[in-house]
Amino acid sequence: MSAHKNQPISPHLQVYKLPLTAIMSISHRITGVGLSVGALLLVLTLIAVASGEEAYTAFHSHLSAWYGQIILFLFTFALYFHFCHGVRHLFWDAGAGFNKEDMDKFSKLTLVSAVVLTLLTWFVVLVSG
Amino acid sequence: MNGLRTPLSLVKGLGAAKTGTGHWWMQRVTALALIPLALWFCFSVAALPGSDYATVKAWLGSPFVVTVLILTVIATFYHAQLGLQVVIEDYISGHGMRLAAILLVNFLCMIFATVAIVSLLKISLGA
Repeated sequence: MSAHKNQPISPHLQVYKLPLTAIMSISHRITGVGLSVGALLLVLTLIAVASGEEAYTAFHSHLSAWYGQIILFLFTFALYFHFCHGVRHLFWDAGAGFNKEDMDKFSKLTLVSAVVLTLLTWFVVLVSG
Repeated sequence: MNGLRTPLSLVKGLGAAKTGTGHWWMQRVTALALIPLALWFCFSVAALPGSDYATVKAWLGSPFVVTVLILTVIATFYHAQLGLQVVIEDYISGHGMRLAAILLVNFLCMIFATVAIVSLLKISLGA
């Protein structure tokens, strides 16, 4: 034991290159916390609508400003990332998708799906005016 | 067979409490519910013809929309509360702080969900 005292302890996050699966995992957690905070936007919007036109217009001016749109776009991506990775978790719960060669493949599929869903949603926003 | 059971549990003879996996299970149940709910919410909001007060209020005036939105709010905050609790349990090691943080998250999620539901009812019932 004493002979190993100065050896680094694995995985030693500062120097250890995280595999894609690990980056996806911590991102799932970070987006989950972010979405919980972001859910307050929905609550605030509903309060504003319930309070009447004046309150809604004031709140809406922030949502439709450039910073509001950036927040909403990031919120959409975080939601779809968490959504797609969450579906992956459900497959894991069923015992599927644990093969070593599947790991990176499904990580990439998750990322691509999240990007596609985000762009599709904002495409719908643009065409519906 | 009975070696691992406490005297109290032996006397009661009820077996396991059967709630040991409750947290894990409800996280999955709410996740499953949120698959259609989240997709419906995102694409419905995206497809609104505008985001002015009249359009949003008209959309929220439909009983179907309000019903599905209330389900979405309940599933969302239930799911958020369960998830945040796991995060807190992983990163806050002090017992007192951990309990306080979990209670705070519990209360906040219940409060926000209730405020959202009351707002939706006020909009749709015009109170």
